[in-house]
Amino acid sequence: MNPAPSIVFFTTASGAGYGLLFWLGLLRPLGLVPGQGLVALALALLLITAGLLSSMLHLGNPQRAWRAVSQWRSSWLSREGVAAILTYIPALLLGLAFWIDAPALALIAGLLAAAGAVATVYCTGMIYASLKPIRQWHHPLVVPGYLALSAFSGAVLLAMLAAFAGGGAVPAILAILTGASALLLKRAYWQAIDTAPPIATIESATTLGFIGKVRQLDPPHTEQNYLLREMGFRIARKHAAKLRLIAQGAGFALPVLLALLAVLLGGTPAALALTLGAVLAIGGLLIERWLMFAEATHTVMLYYRG
Amino acid sequence: MTCLPEITPGQKKLGLVIDLDTCVGCQACATNCKEWNASGHSGPLPDSKPYSAGAEGVWFNRVHSYEAGEGEQGRTVNFPRSCLHCETPDCVTVCPTGASYKRIEDGIVLVDHDLCIGCGLCAWACPYGAREMDEDEGVMKKCTLCIDRIYNINIPEAQRQPACVLTCPTSARHFGDLGDPESKVSKLVAERGGQPLMPELGYKPVNSYLPPRNRSSASAQPEEAAPTPMDIKNPLLRWMDKVLTR
Ligand code: SF4
Ligand code: SF4
Repeated sequence: MNPAPSIVFFTTASGAGYGLLFWLGLLRPLGLVPGQGLVALALALLLITAGLLSSMLHLGNPQRAWRAVSQWRSSWLSREGVAAILTYIPALLLGLAFWIDAPALALIAGLLAAAGAVATVYCTGMIYASLKPIRQWHHPLVVPGYLALSAFSGAVLLAMLAAFAGGGAVPAILAILTGASALLLKRAYWQAIDTAPPIATIESATTLGFIGKVRQLDPPHTEQNYLLREMGFRIARKHAAKLRLIAQGAGFALPVLLALLAVLLGGTPAALALTLGAVLAIGGLLIERWLMFAEATHTVMLYYRG
Repeated sequence: MTCLPEITPGQKKLGLVIDLDTCVGCQACATNCKEWNASGHSGPLPDSKPYSAGAEGVWFNRVHSYEAGEGEQGRTVNFPRSCLHCETPDCVTVCPTGASYKRIEDGIVLVDHDLCIGCGLCAWACPYGAREMDEDEGVMKKCTLCIDRIYNINIPEAQRQPACVLTCPTSARHFGDLGDPESKVSKLVAERGGQPLMPELGYKPVNSYLPPRNRSSASAQPEEAAPTPMDIKNPLLRWMDKVLTR
């Protein structure tokens, strides 16, 4: 599948934003992160909004985007839109609570914002997981993957902000835990898609299996088309293997180690370590999200390539 | 509404039956489809760089050509691919805007181009590659089963058929109600053992593909005529044959 930059950016940025909102909504009202929380909230909303706007750029008719919230009964994309919009309400209330220093409101709005963040990321994951023609996405580990990556990147960002605000080891510890589990999950996912059998074959796609093996003789057209550009993208196996290693190292392992270092050191070194960790994590996630598309294959290519 | 209509027994299911035995791969169906639909319900159907290298455009029908089987069993099969108007298609349910829908009255799957936001999700959800984006207008387009022909009271009744069916020189394409077991197309499917494409994906395609017929085995092939000199009746020619073969 073609890794459109706008969508790769959307899942990375919005994912991190919702993760940050989730942890902030839960931890700040309990006093587990230092500072007022407004900076973290602003960063979360900035990431979320930038991601959503970028995903709208991907549309053929962005000015009609509002229509996309109408079919929540059947469509996960629609549900994602509804959840994203609804989540703004408790998120803004949380900001108000931080501003006027209303702990009770902060507690409730924080919980609701956290729930909204989980719901939105869950819907995003389901958009992909519900697509049967793409076996690498139609997989039980895809939604947990979206949630874990979002939780991890959000925790790293919160840990960085907390370190600058003068302490609080809780977000850093969460970053370590979520980073380690996201890495394990991702490895399990890669192993699963590498060993899973195809869902369909050129024989079942053409009904011709009863004659014998089927191969393409002449293509239906000699130039490109929308299908080939959108679904025909494929990445060389050796590049994928390298990129997986880079994503694991830079995106997960190093940030986790840096967070560990930060917990041990504290103070300014911790803030610097976590800043580097956050940059690495986001960079690694961009690669990982790109791979998520580049490694996915669509059944329509059976007709073109067998 | 992108929820699928409930399917009741005996419900009308308009669709195509494509005969892989007689299709000669001439591309007439694809061409006539493009011609009709460029100005019909889905028009215009864009082309980019039509007169230079890299020409491409939106087509609702693509005719592939495959080789199936090895050696003596091997044969060429031409294979037209278009929307199968599936009974349970995810291309409809994933649509966030309600632009994609399946008609209750005849099962045709359509896109309302005024509602479509061009997100492309339906094309991802179609296993068969039946949806191609109109990148000029930013909306999704697909086979309408020539909805603007089959119900068109302004054209003679015999022509109220999809353009691809009308034009096929070998009558490899048939149109009708596959929900009615007594219809001509249903009988054809039953008689010839029509097959759905990729049934394992669970979309329940309405269109059906008739398998290539069994070819007579190699030993039953007609032998090349090999006349002996005694088969030559004319004495003059017989004499010439003798002289020349000396
Ligand atoms: S062939 Fe594709 S576009 Fe047509 S109804 Fe089935 S899933 Fe939808
Ligand atoms: S491209 Fe149009 S028809 Fe397809 S899912 Fe998006 S809004 Fe619906």
